[in-house]
Amino acid sequence: MVKTADIVIIGGGISGVAIAYYLAKKGVKNVVLLEKDYLASGNTGRCGAGIRQQWGTEMNCRMAKLSCELFESCSEELQYKGDIEFKQRGYLLLAYTQKEYELFKKNVALQNSLGIASNLVSVNEVKEIVPCISTDKVIGASFYEKDGHLNPFHTVRAYAQAAERLGAKIYKFTQVTDIIAVDGIIKGVKTNKGDIHTGIVVNAAGAYSGNIAQMAGLNIPVYSERHQTLVTEALEPMLGPMVMSFSGNFYCQQVPHGGFVMGRTCENQPRDLRTTSSWSFLDNMTKSITQVMPILEKARVLRQWAGAYNITPDRQPILGAAEEVKGFYIAAGFSGHGFMFGPATGMLMSQCILGEKCELPIDMLNLKRFEKGELIFEPSVV
Amino acid sequence: MSDNEIVCRCSDLTRQDIKNFIEQGYTTFDEIKRVSRAGMGPCQGRTCMPLIMKEISQITAKPIDKIRPGTYRPPIKAIPMGIIVSTIEGNQNG
Repeated sequence: MVKTADIVIIGGGISGVAIAYYLAKKGVKNVVLLEKDYLASGNTGRCGAGIRQQWGTEMNCRMAKLSCELFESCSEELQYKGDIEFKQRGYLLLAYTQKEYELFKKNVALQNSLGIASNLVSVNEVKEIVPCISTDKVIGASFYEKDGHLNPFHTVRAYAQAAERLGAKIYKFTQVTDIIAVDGIIKGVKTNKGDIHTGIVVNAAGAYSGNIAQMAGLNIPVYSERHQTLVTEALEPMLGPMVMSFSGNFYCQQVPHGGFVMGRTCENQPRDLRTTSSWSFLDNMTKSITQVMPILEKARVLRQWAGAYNITPDRQPILGAAEEVKGFYIAAGFSGHGFMFGPATGMLMSQCILGEKCELPIDMLNLKRFEKGELIFEPSVV
Repeated sequence: MSDNEIVCRCSDLTRQDIKNFIEQGYTTFDEIKRVSRAGMGPCQGRTCMPLIMKEISQITAKPIDKIRPGTYRPPIKAIPMGIIVSTIEGNQNG
């Protein structure tokens, strides 16, 4: 393993590999990425694999839109030989309460003002978009056809391989055990395979971002909460968009391979990084989804798994430099939408680290916002 | 066993396919699963996992007990959703 690096990125999920790619693309020669297990072994590889632009805060909308535009061309740009399974069949968000429908009206107006051409749809239109769902108790919905799906493992692989071709070094099965900072200035990292001297460390450690920040002497306002998912056997294509509902507490999509991937938020989930599964999730998930899509009664559940959302108080990520520790950068706290923000995270963090003008005003997402207390809360999360 | 023989019946992968992934540096079952879909089908790796671990062992010259097995995830057998739901309701009623 190398002994020195210009920049060390901690975490081999979508954020880490995308940051590595954009830095290498801009000509940074000695970029090193450290992953304690294998690439996408954490929450990128455990997510619901959806990409959505229908958000309720300006920055979440703009991050999502930029990412989607980059996803649209990333397979060619990265010259990936595999298939990232990019599919744009939309997200259909169902409202079951008047209050939720009012929120959608506000969200759609915000999205439209930012160039996201989502729209409100009636119950009849819901039936047309997704004939196989029950619209019982549905009041209305919002829909955007450019939302969609990507395979997280292949997307990470595509960014990682492109970064490596440009000279970045990726060390998997290499765990950071400490961060060396002297007088508030980053000097290096310690790993289970030796030390690396560096002046810049990027915390892209997902569920572990709080632990990594502590190694640098920082407390960041995040916690990691278990979220569970399951997948059915592959079925004939019948569901184009991701269907989700905040009040109904579910998301469900049919991935290109044919399986239905779905999840929901359960109460009282552990915040100790465990990734075991629970019976109650399987029970509640199957019960609620078969009411929405009775056709799934015959679908066999193949497996369930768990990951964690790394959650901030306002459900928006923390991006940029940590002022207290010179050379320490944070790309964390994605609150369940880190995968879909990946390319924007990579582009913006590379611009921020290199002192370039940022594509989006990421100052709005800096760690400092929590001290000031001027938070804008994301209302639309499952 | 020839290189054209099917190792993962659910995802239609041959021994040669698996060897190619191992040679690209994917030396755990879980990594190969994620890039190739081996073990993601109805049998959940019950057929292919030992076969793939044997290939990893041979190519990396590591004893098989040092190769990390894949994660077994519930349920043990694929179950239709309707049966899970009716079982829950049955338990609640009776």
